[in-house]
Amino acid sequence: MTTTALPAAAATETVAPVKPKRQRTVGANIGIALIVVYCLIPFYWMVVSAFRRPEDQFSNLPVPWPISFRNFLGVFGQGVGFGRSLLNSLVVAGVTTLLTLIIGTFASYALARLEFRFKNAVLAVIIATSMFPVISLIVPLLKLFTNNLHWINTYQAMILPSLSFALPLAVFNLTAFFRQLPFDLEQAAMVDGCTPGQAFRKIIIPLAAPGVFTTAIITFIAAWNEFLIALSMVNQKQMQTATVAISKFTGVSGSGFDQPFGTQMAAGVVVTIPLVVAVLVFQRRIIAGLTTGGVK
Amino acid sequence: MSTGTAVAKRVTRRHDEGAGRLAAILVSPTMAVLGLVVLYPIIAALYTSLYQKNNGVNPKTGIVEQGDKFVGLQNYTAIFSGDTASTFWTAFGNTSFFTVVNVVIETAVGVAMALVMHRAFRGRGVVRASILVPWAIPTAVSALLWRWIFQPQGAANALFNSQVLWTADGTPAKVAVIIADTWKTAPFIGLLVLAGLQTIPNEVYEAAKVDGATGWTQLFRITLPLAKPALLVAVLFRILDTLRIFDLPYVLVGPHKDSVNTLSMLAFDEANNIRYGPAAAYSTVLFIYVAVVAFLFVKILGADVIGAARSQRKAAPKRNRAAGKPEAVAA
Repeated sequence: MTTTALPAAAATETVAPVKPKRQRTVGANIGIALIVVYCLIPFYWMVVSAFRRPEDQFSNLPVPWPISFRNFLGVFGQGVGFGRSLLNSLVVAGVTTLLTLIIGTFASYALARLEFRFKNAVLAVIIATSMFPVISLIVPLLKLFTNNLHWINTYQAMILPSLSFALPLAVFNLTAFFRQLPFDLEQAAMVDGCTPGQAFRKIIIPLAAPGVFTTAIITFIAAWNEFLIALSMVNQKQMQTATVAISKFTGVSGSGFDQPFGTQMAAGVVVTIPLVVAVLVFQRRIIAGLTTGGVK
Repeated sequence: MSTGTAVAKRVTRRHDEGAGRLAAILVSPTMAVLGLVVLYPIIAALYTSLYQKNNGVNPKTGIVEQGDKFVGLQNYTAIFSGDTASTFWTAFGNTSFFTVVNVVIETAVGVAMALVMHRAFRGRGVVRASILVPWAIPTAVSALLWRWIFQPQGAANALFNSQVLWTADGTPAKVAVIIADTWKTAPFIGLLVLAGLQTIPNEVYEAAKVDGATGWTQLFRITLPLAKPALLVAVLFRILDTLRIFDLPYVLVGPHKDSVNTLSMLAFDEANNIRYGPAAAYSTVLFIYVAVVAFLFVKILGADVIGAARSQRKAAPKRNRAAGKPEAVAA
């Protein structure tokens, strides 16, 4: 894009020695291949290890052969409670995302469209809160939830602290998205006879929906991947989220190994596949959201 | 781009009392929630860090005492000079070490990735999808994945024909954490830097070429300086993220390992053992450390974090088009 995209006329007049186009393309293609391999190989290894027979756990074959689903059966076996953990993750991440979107949409709309005093201060506060270390928030909240509210092992004990990182992330993303909306269209619609309500419903909401949807995905992934809060606020197996449950897996693989890596990898695949599918389907939107947001 | 500025101008004109009141109503729920889940805990942590749990019988009165007792700055003096001082300084050192080393490596790899992606025509869709995979995987799961790869009988030792105990303790454990962290976050930096690169107009390169600038000169005199704002924000967020690193060393190596213990892990451990006072003191120290680093970074390097949010207006329409049409990205 930098040099090769130049028109041929400009290229011929250059003084600087330019490598032949073909050579550059080959180099870039090799680079691209390296990036893809770098990103996917460890993930591929997780999938491969998940599909091995438990007794083949330490095999280093690049493909799982003979293929086996016993690790997955182990994950969802009786007494493991992984299904419940997935449900817990879904509830915590889902409610966090929903609350965040409801609260955050108002603030983002104001930050994107209205000019008011302290606007920069509000933005600064929101960005600053996303930088605070989660552990600094957990210690006092843990004390409060344990001694006063008796919220340990409840969903709200995980959802409320999760808002601390989800809300700034969502507001930041939504504000960037809302700024791109063509609000002139809304005016035009009103000139053409729409009421403000109709203009908002028929023009703004449909245009804002993709941004809200993207923010929902990014927020959900962030909340789904959360570990420290869920680890701190819960000490009952029944209430563990999936990320915590996986980290605490202890042998059900029947393979007799100290640590059931096959089962863990299978659980990892189960937890990750929905995210990877979402990422593949919505990659363009997610990248647009991530790069405008600038926050993880 | 013209519509963006037009909107901006029109919005500025609407700077009146009504807008202010509406804004206050719209913004207050967010501020209230942040006050509850961020501001309150920070103040509560300061307060808690001045107390310790009573244990057992008061020698003067002979009564069994419960609850907390005020101990002033004792929790803090214990951190810096007490029995646990060496644990603290180890964790402090590890946290700082990971922050410097990880962020430097991740930035270098990320920038290299961005430059490659920026130049490539084919395979953009594939690379974009694959670069999001490490980002989407939960850190705890990626830590387990790398723990598996770094097992004594795992893939890493098989690949290098070595017999290193990666996840035990010591330097190999540090290296394992660095590798795993780089894998997960370098692509993300690459993504942010790529977005910065795409805002550089082609005319700049054309002019440079006419003036006889070579590829390397272009890279260091044009590309990197112009991508600097995007890069600085990405680096700042990575620094702050690494300062609070917890999931990765905790799952990949485990708690109570000197070589990878971090400040977050230390505070978590104290809180987990219901020693809220010392835990709050540790987390407050970490909080101050993060705040100081962020302040210095913004002051010295001039990372315009709010500006990054504000200036989206200019870059936004271009990116919107790119998001809408696949060809626009590839061309």
